[in-house]
Amino acid sequence: MTTASTASTATGGAGGTSLGAPPARGGISRLARDSLVVAKRNLIRMVRIPEVVIFGLIQPIMFVVLFSYVFGGSISIPGAGISPSGYREFLMAGIFAQTVTFATAGAGAGIADDMHKGLIDRFRSLPMSRGAVLTGRTLADLVQSALTLVVLAVVALLIGWRTHENIAKVLTGFALLLLLGYAFSWIGALIGLSVRTPEAATSGGLIWLFPLTFISNAFVPSENMPSFLQTVADWNPFSATVMACRDLFGNLPPHYPVPDAWPMQHPVLASVIWSVLIIAAFRTLAVRKYRSATA
Amino acid sequence: MPGAIYAEGLVKTFGDVRALDGVDLDVPEGTVLGMLGPNGAGKTTAVRVLTTLLRPDRGKAEVAGIDVLAHPDKVRRSIGLSGQFAAVDEYLTGRENLTMVGQLYQMSGRDAKRRAAELLERFHLGDAADRTAKTYSGGMRRRLDLAAALVVSPPVMFMDEPTTGLDPRNRQALWDVIQELVAGGTTLLLTTQYLEEADRLAHDICVVDHGKVIARGTSDQLKARTGGERVEVVVHAPEHLTVADEVLRGFAKGEGTIEPHIRRLTIPVAGGAKLLAEVIRELDVRGVEIDDIGLRRPTLDDVFIALTGHAAESADGGGGAGAGGGGTERSGTTGGSRPASAAGHRKEGVR
Repeated sequence: MTTASTASTATGGAGGTSLGAPPARGGISRLARDSLVVAKRNLIRMVRIPEVVIFGLIQPIMFVVLFSYVFGGSISIPGAGISPSGYREFLMAGIFAQTVTFATAGAGAGIADDMHKGLIDRFRSLPMSRGAVLTGRTLADLVQSALTLVVLAVVALLIGWRTHENIAKVLTGFALLLLLGYAFSWIGALIGLSVRTPEAATSGGLIWLFPLTFISNAFVPSENMPSFLQTVADWNPFSATVMACRDLFGNLPPHYPVPDAWPMQHPVLASVIWSVLIIAAFRTLAVRKYRSATA
Repeated sequence: MPGAIYAEGLVKTFGDVRALDGVDLDVPEGTVLGMLGPNGAGKTTAVRVLTTLLRPDRGKAEVAGIDVLAHPDKVRRSIGLSGQFAAVDEYLTGRENLTMVGQLYQMSGRDAKRRAAELLERFHLGDAADRTAKTYSGGMRRRLDLAAALVVSPPVMFMDEPTTGLDPRNRQALWDVIQELVAGGTTLLLTTQYLEEADRLAHDICVVDHGKVIARGTSDQLKARTGGERVEVVVHAPEHLTVADEVLRGFAKGEGTIEPHIRRLTIPVAGGAKLLAEVIRELDVRGVEIDDIGLRRPTLDDVFIALTGHAAESADGGGGAGAGGGGTERSGTTGGSRPASAAGHRKEGVR
């Protein structure tokens, strides 16, 4: 009975009248279109709540100034010795990478807020692609990360940071940074769907980023860490992107002893692999979570 | 043929809580079912299951003739959902909100814009169309939320406590909109905590508690089941209580109560305002001076007290009506009549 009535009414009930939504298009094009609709919504929000973008900028600028002027005179970089300007060159790739990963917290808080306000319920009741709400959000975060990187790069140039490679390599470095940021925003999306409040998503999205970004080669070389931590740091996905950027920007001191770990020897490839793996894993988990999300 | 909203034996548990404990529903096309119940009764869970937001542990559901569990995406094209919280993006304007929802219903950008403009006018949001929803009043947000649910003129609508938290004027305005919508042939499932609201909008009502349908029928049937109308009299002096009681007995349709400490007498009646006038005349003739007199209609509180007051009876009778009544109702709707339920039969017994 079930099958018979379903089969007959599925066409007659929904499609036969002028009521209801137009027929759905195919999977991929629907995902792309719906994601852009949601991304546009998030970008409009970004423009109307500029505080979020501005605070997102102040933090890395503060880090640049604090690290380069407070620590810069005391930290010795192998191959460059103690020199504030040498440290500044070494530091920037780390700050860039940290900045894009901190977007994770924004994605998480935004999605938790949407859940809290019932918007996720609204979206889930619509005949839209199941992955689009999260993809739209992460795409909007990607745009924000790109803007932040541009401003931060200008600030870095003003305080004396320089690249020493051709423009293609430099742009590849920034592309790797954006890819890493995009990967991390999927982790943020999963956190946002898993916690009960936007506040929890903000702190839950940030806490683990501190050990992740500090147990790495971002601010100091890993070679002076205890051997266990050095292994962690050398295999940290974050370190791969930082190393790749130093390489592509020409910010690595001439005699810098590159660790033997495979990701440090092949940082560009390692960076791409890590980011793609993170996207594949966390996108799957986040979309699955979204399907059963309950506010 | 099952109605536009049909559910059979829906069960959903969250940990130890049985949010839905075997719910059957059948809402004929073009009618309104009012789902009444206190907080936590399972109303929202039922709506979430029927709108594909939540998978039940057991049972089956069809909306607009489509199996909810097998074809959730098809169901989503035929429904509109307006929730307890006004689910609009407060940083988007009214127009942007509606256009976005239209596009996500797979309308083209141009169609979505045109439809948004239409709805904004219809819901008296034209002047505020290009302001962010953040600046809207509570009533305006609800109207925008409702408009978002109507973007594709879905044949089936779900409204989860649409007027909770609204002031009386806005509630009235939203009722007018809903009535207009229903007049246009939309099938509607409406959850509410207010009997008055169900009374006003619904053809049929089901009362839900602890995840079960404990009573169903028309508004009149439910009221009759709770004892119907009562006359309350507060006499001026305690010595008048006895005479007043004698008078009232003549009109009572059952056992009355006397509360001497507040000089109040209450009797169940049938006959409405006309009867009230007779009661006043008779009391006057007998020289009873009264401080207050009124005709009291049953509220949801009364419905609940009446239903849960006969706990043993309801557990069997109500539960039985839920499970067995499903069959009766289905054959009833086939014949084109209103669902005849246990509540309906009991009504005869009460009167």
